[in-house]
Amino acid sequence: MYNITRSPWVMHYDGSSCNGCDIEVLACLTPVYDAERFGIINTGDPMQADILLVTGGINTQNAPVVKQLYDQMSDPKVVVAVGVCACTGGVFKDCYNILGGADQVIPVDVYVPGCAARPQAIIDGIVKGIGVFQERLEKMEKGELKNQEEKEEAGKEE
Amino acid sequence: MSKRSVIPYGPQHPVLPEPIHLDLVIEDEKIVEAIPSIGFIHRGLESLTDKRDFNQMAYVAERICGICSFGHGYGYCETVEHIMNVEVPDRAKFLRTIWFELSRLHSHLLWAGLMADAFGFENLFYQCWRVREKVLDAIELTTGGRVIFSVNKVGGVLKDITPEMQKMILETLDFVEAETKVLKKTFMNDYSVQSRMKGVGVLTKEQAKALGCAGPFARASGIATDMRMRGYAAYGELDMEPIISNDGDCYGRCEVRIGEIFQSIDLIRQAIAKIPDGELAAVVKGNPNGEYFTRIEQPRGEADYYVRGNGTPNLDRMRVRTPTFANLAGLCETLKGADYADIGILVVTIDPCISCTER
Repeated sequence: MYNITRSPWVMHYDGSSCNGCDIEVLACLTPVYDAERFGIINTGDPMQADILLVTGGINTQNAPVVKQLYDQMSDPKVVVAVGVCACTGGVFKDCYNILGGADQVIPVDVYVPGCAARPQAIIDGIVKGIGVFQERLEKMEKGELKNQEEKEEAGKEE
Repeated sequence: MSKRSVIPYGPQHPVLPEPIHLDLVIEDEKIVEAIPSIGFIHRGLESLTDKRDFNQMAYVAERICGICSFGHGYGYCETVEHIMNVEVPDRAKFLRTIWFELSRLHSHLLWAGLMADAFGFENLFYQCWRVREKVLDAIELTTGGRVIFSVNKVGGVLKDITPEMQKMILETLDFVEAETKVLKKTFMNDYSVQSRMKGVGVLTKEQAKALGCAGPFARASGIATDMRMRGYAAYGELDMEPIISNDGDCYGRCEVRIGEIFQSIDLIRQAIAKIPDGELAAVVKGNPNGEYFTRIEQPRGEADYYVRGNGTPNLDRMRVRTPTFANLAGLCETLKGADYADIGILVVTIDPCISCTER
């Protein structure tokens, strides 16, 4: 287990999932699987979230929504793609309206396969995500990784 | 007249895991009009008939929705079986009924939890989902999957429920029944819960009929509509009556759904008692040629399936009409004149399944 110094909050967004992964994500937070023992709280506010759980593939209408949610999150941030649709597009890959997995619009750190992804796999994915989060946090504290605002300022100066 | 303002609701919001966007025109705290806009989960699933053959489409149909997954697979398979004149074995019909009712059980308990969460009773939400996990365990025991369990195929089912499994399902049902009785007391008698639900979002029988509402939403307004009375699968051999309420408000809808939990438990017990021996699936030869239309009762209401085949493995057309689509008009009607704080409850109260609606 990683040495967790902060409690990462998760936010869940349903891309174009069939609900199967969504309810498994919710089931993770309920007493039987209880992801809250890792200090995780499910929040609806992107500004307070550290880990974004994306379920389902990306289509033309929700691509800007996912992008906007990601941009609103404060650094460091981690994206976990839950379910095979969020990884690659899954069974809907050939549909005319599906652009592909979540990595088409935002950088994804952890991929959790499965149709529907099982709660055990999702929890494993979240814990791996916490590891990535911790690494980024340490890098930011050392000044090796810039946050979004600093990046934008650096871009303006150039 | 006070100033009108428009508040966007969704697509990402804490009440519902699914994205639905509503533009709410409000005057002070009252909603004047609600304009839904959809399309965030549209995948274009029906177009996959070009690329997948009719056997593979059964798996695609199951992924229309992850909550009522079994029902969608069943509706599709029944339609194709009718086109191809396949006689499904009796045992398969009973097995389908048992799985259908198990999935209705988990869907209604899921809804009860989300409803409790919507009116801010987190403990009750956890209790409902704790009971629901037992139902999922029974589904996992018999099929191997939790929410999407792909046991339907054109011609029958892929897996059997052995007598040992039947015994374990009955034990699960006893547990669920005892626990739901306790939950029912809180939902129906608790003062705080009643104050959030009684008289909120009233839809009269006439309105529900005019707007074409379906399922528990319509039954709570006093319309005795239940496609299971049509007697598909093994429902024709089981005793059941549609559960209705005449309140038409959130309390009535809650009453209907909780009543249906007990009804499903009863139906599974009847089906297990009557299940005959025999084959699991009939042999299917050739390709579908012709068209057929089926109506079945999903946990959320009436769902319609239309399939047209042309004699090749790839179907010409598959079309699904889902209950949430029918209920969205009713939702917008109940939202008019409601308090802004009640939106969460009113949206959850139709048990929306947006991924069904948009496919």
